[in-house]
Amino acid sequence: MPVITLTINDELVSARSGQSILEACRDHDIQLPTLCYLDGLSARGGCRLCLVDVAGSPRLLPACTTEALENMVVTTHNEKIDRYRRMILELTFAERNHTCAVCVSNENCELQSLAAELGMDHVRYDYLNPELNLDTSHERYGVDHNRCLLCLRCVRVCDEVEGAHTWDVMGRGVESRVITDLNRPWGDSESCTDCGKCVEVCPTGALFDKGSSVAEMKKEASFLRRILDGREKRQWQR
Amino acid sequence: MSKTVTIEPVTRIEGHAKITIQLDDNGKVADSRFHVTEFRGFEKFCVGRSFWEMPGITARICGICPVSHLLASSKAGDMILGVRTPAPAVALRRLMNYGQLVQSHALSFFLLSGPDLILGMDADPSQRNIAGLIAADPDLARAGIGLRAFGQKLIRSLGDRSVHPSWAVPGGVRKSLPTEQRDELLKQLPAMYATVDNALDLMKDILDRFSAEIDAYGEFPSLFMGLVAADGGLEHYDGKLRVIDSDGKVLEDSAAPESYQQLIAEAEQNWSYLKFPYYKPLGPEAGMYRVGPLARLNVCDFAGTPKADRELRQFRHYGGQGKPVTGSFYYHYARLIEILFSLERIEELLADEILIDHHIRSQAGVNQNVGIGVSEAPRGTLFHHYRVDDNGILEAVNLIIATGQNNLAMNKTVKQLAERFISGSKLDQGLLNRVEHGIRVYDPCLSCSTHEAGRMPMQIKLISAKGELLDEIERS
Repeated sequence: MPVITLTINDELVSARSGQSILEACRDHDIQLPTLCYLDGLSARGGCRLCLVDVAGSPRLLPACTTEALENMVVTTHNEKIDRYRRMILELTFAERNHTCAVCVSNENCELQSLAAELGMDHVRYDYLNPELNLDTSHERYGVDHNRCLLCLRCVRVCDEVEGAHTWDVMGRGVESRVITDLNRPWGDSESCTDCGKCVEVCPTGALFDKGSSVAEMKKEASFLRRILDGREKRQWQR
Repeated sequence: MSKTVTIEPVTRIEGHAKITIQLDDNGKVADSRFHVTEFRGFEKFCVGRSFWEMPGITARICGICPVSHLLASSKAGDMILGVRTPAPAVALRRLMNYGQLVQSHALSFFLLSGPDLILGMDADPSQRNIAGLIAADPDLARAGIGLRAFGQKLIRSLGDRSVHPSWAVPGGVRKSLPTEQRDELLKQLPAMYATVDNALDLMKDILDRFSAEIDAYGEFPSLFMGLVAADGGLEHYDGKLRVIDSDGKVLEDSAAPESYQQLIAEAEQNWSYLKFPYYKPLGPEAGMYRVGPLARLNVCDFAGTPKADRELRQFRHYGGQGKPVTGSFYYHYARLIEILFSLERIEELLADEILIDHHIRSQAGVNQNVGIGVSEAPRGTLFHHYRVDDNGILEAVNLIIATGQNNLAMNKTVKQLAERFISGSKLDQGLLNRVEHGIRVYDPCLSCSTHEAGRMPMQIKLISAKGELLDEIERS
């Protein structure tokens, strides 16, 4: 595979042709915040937290869906980018009802960790406080739309890895919701295989094991790389 | 004669209270009211959530007694699951509840009421607080803080945190007590007993010193309600409801806590957010009842532990032959006896092998659509009543909190104090503090949550028969 050379944060680095800027960064231990991206799933550039500055581009570009190119000059962190990332996080918190104190994923939540990591100490926008429901009709799992940030990892893992495509999205913009089987209660879904992959990859407490209490959900998304390597490379390593 | 006092409802003002006193044409007290102007709304906004979350959510009702809500909510959840909660889990829950009684009662006696009781009702207001108490008697203050810290440590040993632990769950508890922490707690017990013994001696001095005015702090006949064990002993976690009258006659015995709606009705007044529960069969006037430490010691046949039983026998002298103790000032004394009882029970439980049994959580789905959990919180009997759909989503929530059940008695106490101490048209700091203490004997959640060393924000208005404001004192 041809190797290319680009500049990230004033350092010359090499990457494989076809890699995204995010993959190139992670290969060189350059940390970029992400929420919708997950190793093993297709990239969608939805959360916008991995925005980077690419010399010559009039706007910031999501690193997960932008291909790393020869001689590209990329800046991953500066005052403007950091400020934008905090704004994105604040908007995410304002959009739904994220109440960490009583959440099943408290202390084990990617959204909460990122807020702490990026120094988000308050939300400057008005909370929308939408009235959203909780669906616990499934025998083993529940979905709380109050905590969903529409990263769509559940939709992708169900479609791309499990192959069931139980999850999808309805509505537009701020009205969007993840749904099961054309908006039937999850417990009535005929396509769901009850595998639980969606629950494990969900970055917040939106998808959870039924019966969990505060801070009891501990998810492990790394299983995905393990089963994909098994499937694609016939290698099984823990 | 009557005059409506308008209260602007302000949300989330926990700890704010107002008292109004109305005078007649002769300058005598005609009426008085204790207004609670805060609104929390848990009964409403929990609808639509899952009952699994309720222990964690309702623990947030109070920072002082989160364990009470945690347990009542988990018990309501147990009923919804319809399975047997493992005996080790019940023992662990009881243990945490005793830890909570120790810490909450220690807070009330030493930190919130201590400045009044030890420094005096008329002491300089700038000194009549925990800082003044530390200056006046550092050893006592330190011991009181140490006793509370012990209770908090016990809660933390089980629930990983002392405030708002999410540890009890429908069907059981999440974690056992690690052996090394059990040993540490056992080591601390002798010092805790010594603190309570000293406090009990001090309490008897206080009863002597206040003898001239004790009867103004809520000395009146009323009913008393509390849980009692199957054998009639003092009970805080399970058991049956008992209601007695001020002559000691048992009106209800062995009443299933789940049938509370047949015993209790709730009246409302437009001048307070706190409801006015009363004993239904006797109506809103004669049905006034008190809950909490005083009520529990009145309704039980005996405590059930040697030291507490010895003290209980002395306590009962203040009630007369076969009659309950009817003065609310004795809540303080009752609290100390309950701390002693809790320490003895903690000692018993820590030595019990059942605590190391690993089966602490039963698993099940929704098997009943109604769950009612009842336990004795430090301030009195606490009811959590949920109705859920088949998926466990809450359709209705009813919470009856201990402080609310003492509302009628608190109002009556305020009136008794006003009638005793108000004359003419002038108020002074001594009166303000006595009225405030009349509320504080009940240790309501209002004062617990201010975190200002027991100084409750309070406003007293003196209104003439013509409705003129004669005098006003405000403390913010």
